[in-house]
Amino acid sequence: MEFSDALVDWSRAQFALTALYHWIFVPLTLGLTFIVAIMESIYVRTGDAWWKKTTQFWMGILAINFAIGLATGIIMEFEFGTNWSNYSWIVGDIFGAPLAIEGLMAFFMESTFFAVMFFGWNRVSKEMHLFSTWLVAIGSNLSALWILVANGWMQHPVGMHFNPDTARNEMENFWEVIFNPNAVSKFLHTVSSGYVLASLFVMGISAWYLLKGREVLFAKRSMIVSASFGLITSLFMLTTGDESAYNVAQTQPMKLAAMEGLYHGEERAGIIAIGLLNNDKKFGDDQEPFHFKMEIPSALSFLGYHDLNAFVPGIEDMLYGNPDKGIMSIAQKMQRGKEALKALRAYKEAQKVGDTQKATEALKRFEANQAYMGYGYLKKPQEAIPSIPLSFYSFHIMVGLGTWFLILFMAVLYWARRDQIASKRWLLWAMVGTIPLGYVAQEAGWIVAEVGRQPWAIQDLLPVGMATSNVASTSVMITFWLFAILFTGLLIAEIKIMLTQIKMGPEGGH
Amino acid sequence: MFEYEALQLYWWFLVSLLGGLLVFMMFVQGGQTLLYGLGKSEEERDLIINALGRKWEIGFSTLVMFGGAIFAAFPLFYAVSFGGAYFVWMAILFCFIIQAVSYEYRKKPNNLFGERFYERLLFINGSLGIFLIGVALGTLYTGGNFEVNDMHLSHWTLPSYGLEALLNPFNLLFGVVLVLLARIQGMLYFLNNLDNQAIRWRILSRLKREFILFLPLFVLFLLMLMLQDGYGYDEAGIVRVVPLKMLQNLLAFPWLLGLLAGGVLLFLFGIYRALVAQSTQAIWWTGSATVVMVTILLLLLGINHTVLYPSLSDLQSSLTIANSSGSHYTLTVMSMVSLLVPLVLGYIVAVWRAMDRFKLTVDEVNADPHHY
Repeated sequence: MEFSDALVDWSRAQFALTALYHWIFVPLTLGLTFIVAIMESIYVRTGDAWWKKTTQFWMGILAINFAIGLATGIIMEFEFGTNWSNYSWIVGDIFGAPLAIEGLMAFFMESTFFAVMFFGWNRVSKEMHLFSTWLVAIGSNLSALWILVANGWMQHPVGMHFNPDTARNEMENFWEVIFNPNAVSKFLHTVSSGYVLASLFVMGISAWYLLKGREVLFAKRSMIVSASFGLITSLFMLTTGDESAYNVAQTQPMKLAAMEGLYHGEERAGIIAIGLLNNDKKFGDDQEPFHFKMEIPSALSFLGYHDLNAFVPGIEDMLYGNPDKGIMSIAQKMQRGKEALKALRAYKEAQKVGDTQKATEALKRFEANQAYMGYGYLKKPQEAIPSIPLSFYSFHIMVGLGTWFLILFMAVLYWARRDQIASKRWLLWAMVGTIPLGYVAQEAGWIVAEVGRQPWAIQDLLPVGMATSNVASTSVMITFWLFAILFTGLLIAEIKIMLTQIKMGPEGGH
Repeated sequence: MFEYEALQLYWWFLVSLLGGLLVFMMFVQGGQTLLYGLGKSEEERDLIINALGRKWEIGFSTLVMFGGAIFAAFPLFYAVSFGGAYFVWMAILFCFIIQAVSYEYRKKPNNLFGERFYERLLFINGSLGIFLIGVALGTLYTGGNFEVNDMHLSHWTLPSYGLEALLNPFNLLFGVVLVLLARIQGMLYFLNNLDNQAIRWRILSRLKREFILFLPLFVLFLLMLMLQDGYGYDEAGIVRVVPLKMLQNLLAFPWLLGLLAGGVLLFLFGIYRALVAQSTQAIWWTGSATVVMVTILLLLLGINHTVLYPSLSDLQSSLTIANSSGSHYTLTVMSMVSLLVPLVLGYIVAVWRAMDRFKLTVDEVNADPHHY
C-alpha cells in the first residue's frame, strides 16, 4: 500500500496545524490551574476576601483559555483514527491504552470538578471548593502525563513486540511503556514549560496593570506569586531539558544531529550558541554547514552522553555509515528493512496456502531483519533525515528563550523584594513583551520534538508515509482548510475576549 | 488470567455502557436546541444555558472516552471506521469543537461574532451533531463500504467517505430518534434543575407534543432493528447475512430481552411521571432507561457471533469483537484500569448531587461572577 506524497503532506499538515493550535492553549491551562489553586489556598488559609477576588479573576481568564483548549483538543483524540488509520492499527494496541487511561483518569476529573470550581462558590463548602480547584489542576496535569507517555512511546517504542500474524505491534510490558525514560523526561519538561508560560503570562499582565498605574496591589501580589512559581519551575525545566536531550542522544541520534546542524560526527562536540546555517550545503559536499557560528566546546558531548570526550555521530555518519564507530548506513538499513517486508509478505502467502515449512523459513528471515522494518518503507536514504533548519532554529530559539525567562524571573524577584518593581518601567515592558515569547518557545519546543523525529511516526518502526489513512488527499485538504478557518476564527475571538477581560480587570471595570 | 474471548466481551460491554451514558448525557445537546423554544427572554435563555453549562463537559468527556475506549480495546474498528467514514466523523467532530467555546464566549463582551452566533453553534451541536452520531451508530447495524487486507490495513471503497450512510433510511431514523430523545431528556433535565414557573409550563405542553412524535418513530426504529437482516459469523470466522439477527440475539438471551422491555417500560413510566404527576424527578427514570436500552442495543453487536461492523464492499472484511480487538495482554491491562470506573462514576454522582442540592434560579445566575 503506497500513499501519494500529497496525501501524506496534507495529513501531516493537518496534524501539525491542529496540534500547534491545541498547544497554544494547553501550557497556560497546565500552569494557571496551579497558580489559581495556590491563590485560592492563600484565600482559604487567611480568609482574606481580597484573595478570593484575585483567584476569581484569574479563574475567569483560565476558563476562556480552557474552553478553546477543549475545542482544539477533541480532534486530537480522534485524528489518529481519521487521518492515521494505518498507524492506529499498527501500533494501536500500545498507543490506544494511554489515551483511554487519559480519558478515564484525567478528563472526567477535570470536567467534573471544573464545574464545581466555576459554579460552586455558593453551592459547596470553602474546603470542598479548594479541593476541587486542586483536582482540576491535578487532572489537567494527569492528562498531560498520559498523552506524553503516548508521545514518548512514539519517540522511543518500548515494551512491545511485532506479531506477524496480526501484522501489528502488540504490548508486552505496560510498565516499560509508562516508565519509558523518554516519556518521563518529556512529561516533566513539558509540564514545567507550561508552568513557566503561565508564570510569564500572569507576570506580564500584572506588569501591564502597573504600567497603567491600575490594580497596584493586585498586580504586585500576582507578580510575586507568579515570578516565584516561574523561577522554581524554570530551574526544573532546565534540569528536565537536560534529561530530555540526554534521552534524545541515546534513542534519536539523528534528531540530535539535526538540532545542532552536526554534519560530521566528532569527539568533544560543541553546542552552537549562535549560528547561521548555510542553506546551499548538500550532504557529502565539502561546504561548511554554517556561515558563522559561536560554539561552546564539548558541550554537546556532555549534554548527550554526560561525558566531555564522547563521540557524537553527525548526520553524514548516519547517512553514509561509519564502520569505525559501528554505524550502519541508511541504505543498508533500507536494504534489510526491505528484506523484512519481503519475508513478512512471503510468510503471509505461505500461510494462505498452508505451507508451514515455507512459513517458518520466511519468519526466520523476517526476524533476522525485523529491527530495520521501518526503513524498508523509505524510498531514498535522504528521507531518513529531518529538516535541519527547522530542527536547528527551533531548538536554539527554545533554549535561548528559556534562558531569558530564567533571567527575567530573577530580575523581577530581585526588584520586587526591594519594592522597586513599579518604578522599573523597562522591566515592566520586558515582562509584557515576554508573553508572546513564551508562546514562541512553546511552539518551537513542539517543533523540535516532532519535526526532529521525521520521517518517523514511530521511531525507526513506522514512517509517516506508511501511517496515514487511505483517503483521497483532497478530502484531507478540505478538512485542513476547515480547521484553519475555524481555529483561526476562534483564536481571534479568544484573544479579543481575553484582552477585554484583562482591560476590565479584577474589579470588573468599575 | 481471563480468557481472551471473555475480555473482548467485557470490553464490548464497557464500550456499550459508555455509549449508553453518552446518549444519556445528550440531554445537554437536546437542551441546547430548545434555547429559544423554552427561553422567551434573555434572562430565561441565560438560565437555560447556565443549567446546561454545569453539565456539558461531562458529556464532552464521555464522547472522548467513547473514542479512547474503542481505540484501546478495538483498534481495528477505530482505524477502519474513523479512517474510512472520514467525512461523517469529521462532521461530528466539527459539531463538537464548536460546543466548548460557545458556552464560555456567548455572553463575553467583545466576542467577535456576537451572542446569536454562539447560540446558533450550540443549536448545530445539539441537532446536527446528535443526528450524525445517530447515523454513525446506525452503520454498525447496516454496514459500511470498506475493505481490510491481510495485513489488516483498510480503505473505504466509495469516494463519499461515509456520507453515503445518509442514504440509508434506518441510519436516518436512528439519527432522528436520537435527536428527539435528546430533546425530551433535555426538557426533563430542566424540570429537575430549574426553578422557573414559566419555563416549567412551556416544558409540560411541549413535552407532550414531542413525545407523541417520538413514540411512533421509536417503535418503528425498534421494529426495523429487529426485523431487518443482520450479519453473523460461524466458528471459522466466515461472515453471512442472517435474517432477523437482532431478534435472534434477543431470543437467545431472554434476560436481555427482559431488560430491554424493562427499559422501555421505565422510560414510559418516567414520561408518565413528568406529564401526569408533574414530577421533577422523571429524568432519573427516563435516564436510567436510556442507559439500559442503548447499552443493550449496542451489546447485541458483540454477542452470539454477531458482526460488529459489517462491510458492504467485501463481506469477509467485516469486523467482529474477535477480529478487531487489542491483544490479550492489552485487554488484560485495560481491564485492570477499568476497575477505576466505579470510582469515577462515584465522584461524578457525588459532585452532581452536591451541586444540584437546590434548583437554579435567575437570581443565582445573575449573582454568580462566572455565569455563562
